[in-house]
Amino acid sequence: MTRNRTRKLLPWISTPVIIVLAVVIWDIYVRVTDTPDVVLPPPGRVLEELVAALGTGEMWYHTWITTSETLSGFLIALVIGVVAGVVLGKVPWLEMSLRPVIVASQVVPKVALIPLFVVWFGFGITSKVVISALLAFFPIMLNVQLGVRSVEAGQREVMRSLNASRWQTFRHLEMKSTLPYVFAGMEVGIVLAIIGAIVGEYLGGSEGLGYMLVRTLNDLNASAMFATTILLSLIGLLLYFAVNALKRFLIPWHESVYAQQDLNG
Amino acid sequence: MSPDSAEVTHPTSGARQKTVTDDRSGAVKLELTGVGKEFRTKRAHTVALKDINLTIKDGEFVSVIGRSGCGKTTLLRMLAGLLSPTTGQILVEGKSLWNGTKVDTSVVSQLGVVFQEANLFPWYSVAENIALPLQLRGVDKKTRLARAAELAELVGLGGFERSYPRELSGGMRQRVAIARALSISPKLLLMDEPFGALDALTRERMNMELQRISLATKATVVFITHDITEAVFLGDRVVHLTPRPGRIHQIRTIEFAKPRDIDVQTEPEFGAIARDLRHALDEDEKR
Repeated sequence: MTRNRTRKLLPWISTPVIIVLAVVIWDIYVRVTDTPDVVLPPPGRVLEELVAALGTGEMWYHTWITTSETLSGFLIALVIGVVAGVVLGKVPWLEMSLRPVIVASQVVPKVALIPLFVVWFGFGITSKVVISALLAFFPIMLNVQLGVRSVEAGQREVMRSLNASRWQTFRHLEMKSTLPYVFAGMEVGIVLAIIGAIVGEYLGGSEGLGYMLVRTLNDLNASAMFATTILLSLIGLLLYFAVNALKRFLIPWHESVYAQQDLNG
Repeated sequence: MSPDSAEVTHPTSGARQKTVTDDRSGAVKLELTGVGKEFRTKRAHTVALKDINLTIKDGEFVSVIGRSGCGKTTLLRMLAGLLSPTTGQILVEGKSLWNGTKVDTSVVSQLGVVFQEANLFPWYSVAENIALPLQLRGVDKKTRLARAAELAELVGLGGFERSYPRELSGGMRQRVAIARALSISPKLLLMDEPFGALDALTRERMNMELQRISLATKATVVFITHDITEAVFLGDRVVHLTPRPGRIHQIRTIEFAKPRDIDVQTEPEFGAIARDLRHALDEDEKR
């Protein structure tokens, strides 16, 4: 019992310890080797820079731009991905005929297309949203397609023997059964959506944290670059946990949720 | 069904076997006349069932036994409205279940089916699983939950209404499946090897429970199994199906009074019936 409780608390203790340890080693390394700020600034300086940046409206503006690009792209990917996944999962001949194209589009490194999108959709927000959506779309669609296919034959038989209508079968069985797959796709998709937005900002435009990264790099301002990176990581974490929280709320019965709970408490 | 298998219809091939009726009184619940099923694929033409004639009375518990491949699951699937017969007629309380390959949904809605797997919905609690058939019929929530609680009690799961399937053992899940089938007070309870996936001890206990439940609800039951002891212990009659093609070889009436104690299995008469059936089943394999 006590051992179990200790084990549940373990990640809450170990994570801060590891972070503090990493920062301390970083600090000592910079001091001992006397590394120039341009290469690796001490953690104290980065923190100062972060606090200072957050004090200005500019950083918040760029944060807002990147977040909204990511979320817009992700939501578009979610809607189109779920619809396409359901259609492909339900219509075998369509899936069969589109399979080569889908496989091909999976293999193509989509990041290579980003400059093209910048040319097509301009340097503004649109091109970033499109890139985000494109990257997040595939894992969502593929997972949904898999989910629609994975509805258990036995459970279908139960619905048939109960005279269930198409709508009832969808509502009580297919939708519920596919939801875990939707979330599996969303968890991958949200991460890819952020990557899409940032890389899009690298290559063109004058807004967003990706643009800030390039600018601070050009200024050789490493501490500002670190601060921006930390901010991006925090956004990524927050969005991921938001999706994860939604999953815990909507499918508490699924093993990916309760297994995690058994582990964490 | 796979797209390359087609159903074949031809007139009933004469009544070579007399309709077997039970001599005890009571309304006829289920009547099968000349029921047959053929599967035709490009390569093979299989007669899964041939000329099945059987009449089951209200409140009767009929076990159907046979080796794997004798068509007993095919039979149950036809009774459950999941697979259309090629020939013959299935009447539930005088009403035909099948019109050609179309199933009469008003008849299906009076059946309760329990499969080998519990097939519960993991996203619903025990109570919600039990009440699912009622929910599909638009019964209001209060009535539904009251009925679910009553049935949970009946199948020995009182207090587990709010649990989820993953928290239950195999036997408990099958109890939920039975309660779900009973929720609509079916005229006919169809069970396809419901305890086949359970261990021997759990199975024995479930047999006792099923006997109690069937007596308490006065349900008419068709119980498919390949376990001789189970078939004889539970059945008022035991129907023996032989394979290739699947047809009724014999029907044994089991006279032991109900409720039967588990010790009935050690009685000489029980042993004799079981031995007879065992030999008959062994003959099937040699054929």
